Amino acid sequence: MRRLVLERRAETPWALTLASPLLAVGLTLVSAVLVFLAMGRDPLEALFVYFIMPVSDAWGLQEVAVKATPLVLIAVGLALCYRSNNWNIGAEGQFLMGAMAGGWLAVATHGTGAGAWLLPAMLVMGALGGALFALIPALLKTRFGANEILTSLMLVYVAELLLDWLVRGPWRDPQGFNMPQTVVFAPEATIPLLMEGGRLNLGTPIMLLVVVLAALLVARTLKGFEITLVGEAPRAARFAGFDAKRLTWTVFAIAGGLAGLAGVLEAAGTVRMLQPGLSPGYGFTAIIVAFLGRLNPVGCLVAGVFLAITFIGGENAQIMMQMPLDVTRVFQGLLLFYVLGCDTLLLYRVRWVRRAEA
Amino acid sequence: MTTPLLDAPLLDATGLVKRFGALLANDHVDLRVMPGEAHALLGENGAGKSTLVKMLYGLLQPEAGHIAWEGRPIHLPEPRAARALGIGMVFQHFSLFDNLTVAENVALALDAAEPVPRIAARLAEVSRAYGLPLEPAREVWRLSVGERQRIEIVRCLMQDPRLLILDEPTSVLTPQEAEGLFATLDRIRAEGRAVLYISHKLEEVRRLCETATILRHGRVVARTDPRTETAASLARMMVGSEVAALRHAAAPPEGPVRLSVRGLSVAPDDPHGVGLKDISLDLRRGEVLGIAGVAGNGQEALFAALSGEVLAPRAEQIILDGAAVGRADINARRRKGAAFVPEERLGHAAAPRLTLSDNALVSGHAASGMVRHGLLDRGRMLGWVDAVTRAFDVRKGPRDPEARALSGGNLQKFVVGREVLRKPGLLVVSQPTWGVDAGAAGLIRQALLDLARAGSAVLVISQDLDELLEMADRIAVLFHGTLSPAEPVAGLTREAIGLRMGGAA
Repeated sequence: MRRLVLERRAETPWALTLASPLLAVGLTLVSAVLVFLAMGRDPLEALFVYFIMPVSDAWGLQEVAVKATPLVLIAVGLALCYRSNNWNIGAEGQFLMGAMAGGWLAVATHGTGAGAWLLPAMLVMGALGGALFALIPALLKTRFGANEILTSLMLVYVAELLLDWLVRGPWRDPQGFNMPQTVVFAPEATIPLLMEGGRLNLGTPIMLLVVVLAALLVARTLKGFEITLVGEAPRAARFAGFDAKRLTWTVFAIAGGLAGLAGVLEAAGTVRMLQPGLSPGYGFTAIIVAFLGRLNPVGCLVAGVFLAITFIGGENAQIMMQMPLDVTRVFQGLLLFYVLGCDTLLLYRVRWVRRAEA
Repeated sequence: MTTPLLDAPLLDATGLVKRFGALLANDHVDLRVMPGEAHALLGENGAGKSTLVKMLYGLLQPEAGHIAWEGRPIHLPEPRAARALGIGMVFQHFSLFDNLTVAENVALALDAAEPVPRIAARLAEVSRAYGLPLEPAREVWRLSVGERQRIEIVRCLMQDPRLLILDEPTSVLTPQEAEGLFATLDRIRAEGRAVLYISHKLEEVRRLCETATILRHGRVVARTDPRTETAASLARMMVGSEVAALRHAAAPPEGPVRLSVRGLSVAPDDPHGVGLKDISLDLRRGEVLGIAGVAGNGQEALFAALSGEVLAPRAEQIILDGAAVGRADINARRRKGAAFVPEERLGHAAAPRLTLSDNALVSGHAASGMVRHGLLDRGRMLGWVDAVTRAFDVRKGPRDPEARALSGGNLQKFVVGREVLRKPGLLVVSQPTWGVDAGAAGLIRQALLDLARAGSAVLVISQDLDELLEMADRIAVLFHGTLSPAEPVAGLTREAIGLRMGGAA
């Protein structure tokens, strides 16, 4: 009799760390074909709309960059958290908190003709707002031993409902026909566009800078080593004299700060106001991006671009093929499932083993 | 062959093969145990002894080969099948529930459900019959390690086994407790039960067993009657070469005190753990101080307190080269010239999935110039790995592999070498050669002695009494968190230390 067994690998082959996410993407595409067939659509046409069209013209590419910017910013912060075994699932809430903290400045100074200090102040407020909000689960974890997965996730709803209340109540645009939204931000409270007539704004270069800095942090600094070691071997980290609790505060603050920065960039750059649907789930999709990118900042950039393509492709499919948005969500969920599944191949070797005969 | 050919063997295993990844743990191993025989399975750590007996007990499935029981071929898909045939096993590491009583633990382990009071009665009967005193109603956490082992043995005997397998039973016992175990084993054998005795302690095997199968690197290298061999000749068969004798300086050092501990008490970190009670010791320049003791008597707390992983209540309780460091963390102590090697290689001394150069950084980032302004100097880290590799003969494939890719002995050479190469003023090392082959163990011990002779102070926490007698200038014994005064090795006998390890003197 033969059976499949998983054997722990002594060492992970370098090529597999690259092949595993590619295999996950491949399996997602195969699943996508099955889903399209089940829906009675032409799978080739659907795949084209989803994955090729978004990158086939300049407009599409620009949209991909606009979507990828918040995804990558958030994912880089999450990657630092996950590397150190801090399971921050609440980036969506930290994103919204950052948008609200920065957006508050824009709303409060609206019509006063504030100077050039406003925009940098908004970015700082956004990062601070996200960071402080992320420190709540860090405090609960280090002080009371509360599970950060639960606390950070539940705080997402707090942030969503707070934004909902603000834009329906105190911050609602008086001239907005009772729509739940703030005023459209004044030009001095808006992130500058990179080129006239496009949608690409300063947020994208900021994101690229963050990727470079985070890559240096992970690969070249003692702090980056501390983050990796605390996640890989907590007792060895204690032996190295690293304080795991203090690190929990640090990585939650960084991740929250980056999510908050992404939030204010989205509010002041792409959307240019606060409204309940500010985020199409960036904070959650970024979790997939972080894992697909192997918790590596440069990997997050690649993965973020890929996920952004599915977002744009999903919008195209809604318009051109009347496919529901949920199909996009299904793809993203499948992708995370396959990424985690393929990671098993990194740690284990699959072998057929013949049982010893009796 | 000294075994009589008239008898049919009780257990006859032929050509067993077991592979773990790239490692061939058992390579066509043959083993024949006669009824009523005390059969030793000898070999170094990693020779494949545990793998072999796990296959005989149904815990692992051989990839090739046959097992016959009383001449009939058998298949053991799980331990239950082995127990049904009459094979019992006492493991090196016990599987007992601390908060349950002795009788409840036994009840959980028996294959047939029985009410606990009836089990308690049978248990008392069996433990009396074999001279293994046990109170059925006591909770396990109140018991010593020796008593816990008795539970495991009684648990096996209650199943009326024809073959009893014991995996390194004396590694956790004091010499006196071991004597008690030997008496019990004599009684078990007198009833015609066979014993398969796994050990690497040669004197024990020579005294207990009439047959020995010797494994090396997963293969049977010899079958012999240990009573006709000397300890040295058995060791040669196990190791495959003469074991080098250590170079040991004769005169005990009289230099200045480098490490001084006074009245150090530390609370245990969990309710069943052991803390430290009023520890005092002095360690001089050039001296090797051995801390003997059975596992679980406060060794972990002592290492944590000396290294600074756990801070002492007051700074002046630990004095290093004249500076009060009791409240200084592990890196501050490293900067003052101290170095530490914990007991666990993988997970504590080294991170398994990080490379050796990253692991050099684990203890080296504070005081070895590998970090400047928060930036890593990867060249220096790699250079450190190369230096340790050369000085300690660390065998590895690539230049900078992951720590888990190294064998136990080579990784131990690396984590010891990583510290010794810094020429620390004080080295605290726990279990320096635990689970390491004889060649690596000799090299490590010699390096520690050389370090001391060059002027450092070396503190060795070890459960291996032979190791301490070989290396240490003075020995103190840790028992239930208290430390006996250190005495020069020359005036100590094995029995005197053994009594202290059992808390008797």
